Amino acid sequence: MAANGDTLTSQSYIQHHLTNAKACFTDEGLSFNYACSDAGFWTWHIDTLAWSIILGLVFILSFRSVAKKASTGVPGKFQCAVEMIVEFVGKSVKDTYHGDSKLIAPLALTIFMWVFLLNCMDWIPVDWVGTLSSLIAGESWQTIESGQSHVYHKIVPTTDLNMTFGLSFGVFALMIFYGIKIKGVGGFLKELYAHPFNTPWLYWFNLILETIALIAKPVSLALRLFGNLYAAELIFILIATIGLYQLPVHFVWAAFHLLVIPLQAFIFMMLTIVYLSMMSEDH
Amino acid sequence: MNINATLIGESIAFFVFVFFTMKYVWPQLNGAIEARQKQIAEGLAASEQAEKDLELAKKEATKKLKEAKAEAAAIIEQAKKREALILEEAVDKARAESDKVLALGQAELEAERNRAREDLRKQVSILAVAGAEKIIARSIDAKAQADILDQLVEEL
Repeated sequence: MAANGDTLTSQSYIQHHLTNAKACFTDEGLSFNYACSDAGFWTWHIDTLAWSIILGLVFILSFRSVAKKASTGVPGKFQCAVEMIVEFVGKSVKDTYHGDSKLIAPLALTIFMWVFLLNCMDWIPVDWVGTLSSLIAGESWQTIESGQSHVYHKIVPTTDLNMTFGLSFGVFALMIFYGIKIKGVGGFLKELYAHPFNTPWLYWFNLILETIALIAKPVSLALRLFGNLYAAELIFILIATIGLYQLPVHFVWAAFHLLVIPLQAFIFMMLTIVYLSMMSEDH
Repeated sequence: MNINATLIGESIAFFVFVFFTMKYVWPQLNGAIEARQKQIAEGLAASEQAEKDLELAKKEATKKLKEAKAEAAAIIEQAKKREALILEEAVDKARAESDKVLALGQAELEAERNRAREDLRKQVSILAVAGAEKIIARSIDAKAQADILDQLVEEL
């Protein structure tokens, strides 16, 4: 893994930036990174977990602090901002979801804010946190520069498939829960096989079609978010390899993400509402 | 890019955050927003009502003012008429008074003149008689001519 030549250096540099910090339990107890290559499924991406939970806490604690003091009086600036978001999410839910549920709106708010904050990590220059972690761990500057550091730290949780699939599986579970709760087990299953062709000899075809359609929902939800943010992060890393010119280019790409980051959060939220409203309506 | 246990961790975190938001964040915030919206709506309605009331009061005031003006004008008109009447009366009275005084004065004057004339006549008759007496005393007896003299006096 020695760095011999420019190509290898930038290749390992990129590779390094796209690798999560892993943790797992082996025979020797808690182990990290390379030691986890055999751990298989029971590996934990500690950077993804830590950042997502920290940002989730940032979201709920800041909103909770406003909610605790929420009054009908003249709101402060932060309260105004929070209320704007709440109202925006509430309106989106009201326009799309016509059922009566106390869960959908808070769910949509959580998804929107959480995904937004997770995506925001994309704005932090790619080398800052990783390099800092390596320095704290005692790696030499040269090792870090060549992408050979043994400390991995990927700070954008939504560039980790586990994060996006974690979210979309949560949504998927809620979809099935709502489908069964509102239509009953029979009604839910009937929608799988008796639709769109309501003739017994085509039930097998319907079942294949509808099952794929059902599964495609959480998968597309997760892959869309992951794809957008992974690509964005990859390009940030590529920009970081081009030397001094990265400054203006990085600025342009970061400015473009003023659009992408909230948009992806909004799309994830909106599609969640749409899927859940589809599940709550009888055809 | 491999799927691993992180997935489970994130799913759990997701449900915990959603639950927390549903329990401790959304109801309070949404409640406050809705309560404030209601308050603002009420305030707006109240201000609209107040505006209407003000409009009404203004109209009422204008009406009252017009009425008052009309009344004042009527009173002034009446007063003017009354003034003219009083003036006329006073003039009439004064004129009557002056006429009366004038008539009295004239009557008095007339009486005085008559008296003076009477006196004069008497004096003249006496003088004439005296004169005649003196003339006649030289020529005729006074007693014989007395009836002529009386006649003369009568005629004066």
